[in-house]
Amino acid sequence: MIDRRASALKKTKRGTDVTENISVAETAVSHGIGLRPDEDAAARRLRLAAAARHIRRSILTTIGTAKLGHVGGDLSVTDILTTLFFAVLRYDPRDPANPARDRFILSKGHCSVALYSTLALAGFISESLLPTFAEPLSPLNGHPNRRKVPGVESNTGPLGHGLPVGVGCAIAARLAGADWCTYVVLGDGELQEGSNWEAAMAAGHRKLSNLTAIVDRNRLQQGAATEDTNALEPLADKWRSFGWDTVEIDGHDYDALYTAIAAGGRERPRCIIANTHKGHGVSFMTDGVQWHHKVPSPAQIEAALVEIGG
Amino acid sequence: MSSTSVVPETFDCRQAFVAELSALAREDPRIVAVCNDSVGSSNLVGFAAEFPDRMVNVGIAEQNMVGVAAGLANGGYIPFVCAAAPFLTGRATEQIKSDIAYNGYHVVLCGMSPGVAYGELGPTHHSIEDLSWMRAISDLLIVVPADPQQTRDVVRWAAQSDKPSYLRIGRVKVPAVTPVDAPFELGKALQLRDGGDVTLVATGVMVSRALEAADVLAAGGISARVLNMTTIVPLDEAAIVRAAVETKRIVTIEEARTTGGLGAAVAAVVVQAQPVPMRILGVAGFAPTGKAEFLYEYFGLTADGIAGAARELFA
Repeated sequence: MIDRRASALKKTKRGTDVTENISVAETAVSHGIGLRPDEDAAARRLRLAAAARHIRRSILTTIGTAKLGHVGGDLSVTDILTTLFFAVLRYDPRDPANPARDRFILSKGHCSVALYSTLALAGFISESLLPTFAEPLSPLNGHPNRRKVPGVESNTGPLGHGLPVGVGCAIAARLAGADWCTYVVLGDGELQEGSNWEAAMAAGHRKLSNLTAIVDRNRLQQGAATEDTNALEPLADKWRSFGWDTVEIDGHDYDALYTAIAAGGRERPRCIIANTHKGHGVSFMTDGVQWHHKVPSPAQIEAALVEIGG
Repeated sequence: MSSTSVVPETFDCRQAFVAELSALAREDPRIVAVCNDSVGSSNLVGFAAEFPDRMVNVGIAEQNMVGVAAGLANGGYIPFVCAAAPFLTGRATEQIKSDIAYNGYHVVLCGMSPGVAYGELGPTHHSIEDLSWMRAISDLLIVVPADPQQTRDVVRWAAQSDKPSYLRIGRVKVPAVTPVDAPFELGKALQLRDGGDVTLVATGVMVSRALEAADVLAAGGISARVLNMTTIVPLDEAAIVRAAVETKRIVTIEEARTTGGLGAAVAAVVVQAQPVPMRILGVAGFAPTGKAEFLYEYFGLTADGIAGAARELFA
């Protein structure tokens, strides 16, 4: 599978390196060229860690400026987004509608700041746009809008919408005989929406091996733990029973994320339950339910940036 | 009824719909049909046989069906989502709003068997709210063909338009009402008969009934203009204002709730531009048991009922 993808890339001449746009000058961040099985794991780890650090700093400063956002979930999903955008997805930020691109859908659209910060680092939008987040008439709405932000595939925000659209993308690629893949990142709380299970059933039935769902399993929804609200467990068993290859991993471990996403020999859709922590990277936010959409004070932002480093 | 009228041939518009969709699919490999176990009720058996790969049946799951259509559009296809109108528009309203209209995807939502077509199956299966619900959504075009010729025209237009749209495709048999030299034009009312005393603005199944009502009124000395308002969004405001100015009375007739459909749309134009007396005819509430034809009579959606409402405007 990896070999096939690598050769397809050569054919389409996709995956332009846009390193020059990146302000993390000290790290060799190059991206958009898909899986790189030849890359040394340690080098990849270093590269992804640097990118994630940059994205977490963007998230904190953007939310601090806007005094609005979902910082807890932004920080829990950061390492998933980083791995996807800088080690997995094939895209060209200068040609965001290229039909051969991999599709990425952030179903938990309330974590738009994490997505915008990632898209900025990947070169889809200018980093100078981030401080306009949520300002009047900014293209950076509270929830992402594909008609205003390149790199956004579908307008999400209402929960339970990303996976059905992703299933449609995967069916389209199969109909076209194209090799591009579809990745959907879901919140765990939103798995309480029935539409996800309609989509999961359809993907399992159709054996959509070109579709990957990654669950940001931070175990907290807006007001409480998922298990105290409307329990999801046994979650992996649920996905398996719907016909998905399912693995559970540490969602902050770049090696585990990369290995799970890149694993070949697929015959069915894959679900990766990425166990994460809300507010990861900032000690006083970690696993705190209050940080779903609480806005940190300027002093807290400062303290958080010190912890993130970089 | 006019004493000279003969019983005209009538047609189930789903046949014209699927014939045109299949013809389009032969021309354009991007055309796909998406349905919710409704291959039979959407009349898609022939399409499924000819294009098995391009018949995406997601099972009984309307939210997923509409989301899948958005994804297919993202992947370069032109999906025609074919499902019974009440379940398409009711069960998947938020997907239609967010995944189709707000995304701006070129998806054609085809509400099959709308209005009270399912007659004695009852209000759960009637789609009388759809025009109100769909009109409330931004950036969604709404088109209601009145006969087979318009159905073919509208399907072809929908495939070529790059906008999200909602079509109502009737199963209640209707006569041909459209002159052969009158092609469908988005946002343009089709004047089927001129008149100076009152304008009957009808859509879909009700157009032929409005024409019959005009005959009834003519027999009583009232000259009625008849407009086929095929496009609900965007509405032909100019034709409505002209009707208000020139005929001074307007009756709207639709197979839908009167609170948010054609009548409400026309009234919003009339009251702001050229206030004149109006009657808004439609399905006034949850219907009792009965076939569609009985329900049309029950709710006054007949030639005599329409003519009676028009006469009230002369009181």
